[in-house]
Amino acid sequence: MRYKKKRLLKIAFIIAIVALAVFLYFNNSINLGLDLQGGSHIVLQAQPTEERDITNQVMSGIQQVIERRVNQLGLTEPVIQREGDDRIIVELPAVDNPNEAIETIGRTAVLTFRNPAGQVLMTGEFVKNATADYDQYGRPVVSFEMNNEGANKFENITRQYMGQKIGIYLDDELLTNPTVQSVISDKGQITGYDSVEAAEKDAILIREGSLPVPVEVVQSRTVGPALGEISIRRSIIAGLVGLALVAVYMMFYYRFPGVLAAAVLIIYGVLLMGTLAGLQATLTLPGIAGLILSIGMAVDANIIIFERIKDERKSGKTLRASIDAGFKRAYKTIIDANVTTLITALILAYYTSGTVRGFAVTLGIGVLVSMFTAFFITRNVIDLFTHSNLLQSDAAFGAKRR
Amino acid sequence: MDILGKRRIWYTVSIVILAVGLLFLAINGLNFGIDFQGGSLLEFRFDQEVSNQEVRNVLEKINIAPDAKIQQSDTQGIKGVLIRAQKLSPRQITDIEEGLRNEYSSTDMLRSESVGAVIGQELRTKALLALLIASVAIVLYISIRFEFRFAIVSIITLMHDVLITLGIFAMLGSEVNTPFVAALLTIIGYSINDTIVIFDRIRENMKMMHKTPFKELANQAVVDTLPRSINTSLTTLITILAIYLFGGASIKVFMLALFIGMFAGTYSSIFVASPLLVTWTNRITNKK
Repeated sequence: MRYKKKRLLKIAFIIAIVALAVFLYFNNSINLGLDLQGGSHIVLQAQPTEERDITNQVMSGIQQVIERRVNQLGLTEPVIQREGDDRIIVELPAVDNPNEAIETIGRTAVLTFRNPAGQVLMTGEFVKNATADYDQYGRPVVSFEMNNEGANKFENITRQYMGQKIGIYLDDELLTNPTVQSVISDKGQITGYDSVEAAEKDAILIREGSLPVPVEVVQSRTVGPALGEISIRRSIIAGLVGLALVAVYMMFYYRFPGVLAAAVLIIYGVLLMGTLAGLQATLTLPGIAGLILSIGMAVDANIIIFERIKDERKSGKTLRASIDAGFKRAYKTIIDANVTTLITALILAYYTSGTVRGFAVTLGIGVLVSMFTAFFITRNVIDLFTHSNLLQSDAAFGAKRR
Repeated sequence: MDILGKRRIWYTVSIVILAVGLLFLAINGLNFGIDFQGGSLLEFRFDQEVSNQEVRNVLEKINIAPDAKIQQSDTQGIKGVLIRAQKLSPRQITDIEEGLRNEYSSTDMLRSESVGAVIGQELRTKALLALLIASVAIVLYISIRFEFRFAIVSIITLMHDVLITLGIFAMLGSEVNTPFVAALLTIIGYSINDTIVIFDRIRENMKMMHKTPFKELANQAVVDTLPRSINTSLTTLITILAIYLFGGASIKVFMLALFIGMFAGTYSSIFVASPLLVTWTNRITNKK
C-alpha cells in the first residue's frame, strides 16, 4: 500500500513538472534571434573630430539622433544601446532595404535653417552652443549661441525674415519652426516649449547637428527573413533526426531502460523548451545547435547512470540495491563532468556577444536542465518500473554481455 | 584489456597527428573569416542558376569590389552566390543588391555581414581571452576536486584536442570564425567532461584498491568506463552529424569543428589522459 502511494506521488510529480513546462512554453513563447527571424545588428562607432572629443555628452547626443532616425523607420521593437565609450548598438527587425536603412542611421547629422519656402539659409556649423533654459518670464526655452561668422549671417537672416517662420531641420526633419520676433546676432532664444524636457531634447539635437561627429558602421549583420525561415526548418529537422537516432541507439543497446531513457529525453525536450520560454531566453541559430548538443549531454547522464547500475548488477546485487547504488555513484560523476561544461558556458556567455552568447546561454541552461532531468526524472521513471519484469531481465541495462 | 600498457603506441599516434596538423598550421595558416579579419560577406538567392562569372560581370559593371571572391552558395536547396570582399559600406551593399536585381529580377538578399578590421582584432583578442580563462578555471576546478597532476594532464589533453582541431582546419582550409571559437570552447568542455568521467573512476579505484599498482587500477578504470565513453561519444557524434547534414550552411563550420574535436576528445580521454597520468605517476615513484 505504501509503495503504491509513493508510486502515485512520483507519477504526479513528473506530470506536474511537465505540465508546468508546457504552461510556461505556451504562456511566454520563445523569442527568436535576429538570425532566425531576420533583422540587422549594427555597431556604430563615433569618430572624434578636431573640434570635438568623444565624451559622454556627445555620445548621448548621437544616441538621440540615432533613436530619432530609427523611430522614423517606424519599426517594432528596435533596440538602441550604448556599448563601451564610443559605440552604439542598433538592432532592427527585418526591413525591405536593410542596408539602405543602415546607411540612413549611420549618416552624419546635418542641421539647417530654412525659410518658409524650404530653401536652406544657413547650416548648423555656425552654431556654437544650444542649451535648455528658462526665459525671464519662466517659460522653457532653447538658448543658442552663434560664432562670429554665424552672428553676422544670422543677423542678416533674421532682419530679412522678421515676422516670418524659420524652420530648424535636423537631416530633413523639422525640429522646430519658430517665428522671428527680433533681429538676432550672436545669442538668441527659441520659445514655445511646453516643458524644459522638450526644450532639452531639441537643444541636444541642435548641438549634435551643429558640431556633428561622424559615426562609422564598424559592424553590420543582416539576415533576410527567407534565410531565417530556412534555418529554422533545417534546425527542426536536424534536431528531430538527432533525437530519433539517439533514441534508437539507446533502445538497441540498453533494451527496456533505453526505452525509458528515450521517454526521459522527450520529457527533457519539453522541460528545456519550458525553461527557455520561462526565462525569456532568445533563441539564435548557434543557440539551437547548443540545444541539440545538450541532448547529447542529457543522454550522457543517462548512460553514466545505466552503466553504473549495470556494474552493480554484475557484482551480484539485487535490482533495487543496484539502482540505489548506481544512482548514488553516478551523481558525483555527472556533477563533476557537467560543472566543467557549465564553467565554459559561463565564460563564453560573459566574454562573447551576439549569436555566440546565445549558444553559451542555451548550452548552460541545457546542462542545468539535463542534470535536473537525470537526478529527478530518470530516477523516478526507473523507480516506477523497479518491480516490472522488463527491468529485472538480464538483458536490461545491457548487463548480459560480459 | 591492457590499454595503458601500450602507451607508446598511443603517444606515437597522437604525436604524428599533432605534427602533421602543426605542419599544416605553419605552412597554410588558418583561413580567418571576416569575423577576425574584417571584410564583408553577402549571400544572394535567385530563381535561376547564376554563375560566378555572371556575378563578377555585374560587380565589374558597377565597379564595386570587382576582385571579390565569389562562390556558389552552400545553403542546401537554394540557387545562390556568396560574395566575400573587403569591408563594404552599407551604400555599396545596396548598390550591389540593386545591380544584381537589374540583371536578375528574382535577386533576394539572404544575408549581409560587414566587420571592420578593428572589431575583427577585438573579437580575436576576446576569443583568445575566453579560451585562456576557461582553461584556467577548469584547472582550478579539477585541482580542487581531484589532484593537481590530474588538472595538468587534463590541460595537456585539452590542448591536444584543440591543436588537432586547429590542424585539421588548417589542412582543409575551412573558415575560422566566431562560431568556430564557440566550437573550440565546447570541445574544451566536452574533452574535460570525458576525461573527468575516467579520472573519477581512477579516483574511486585509488580508494578501493589501494594495494593495486597505479597502472593497473587506472587501466581497470579506463576499461570499466569504456562502454560509457563509446556510447556517449557515439550518441553525441550522431547528433552532431545530424546537424551537420541537415542543419543550415551557416552552422556547418561549427559542427565540423565540433565533430573533429569531440572525436579527438574521446580518443584523448582514453588513450592520452590516463596513459599520461600513469607515466607521470611512474616517474614520481621511480624517483623515490
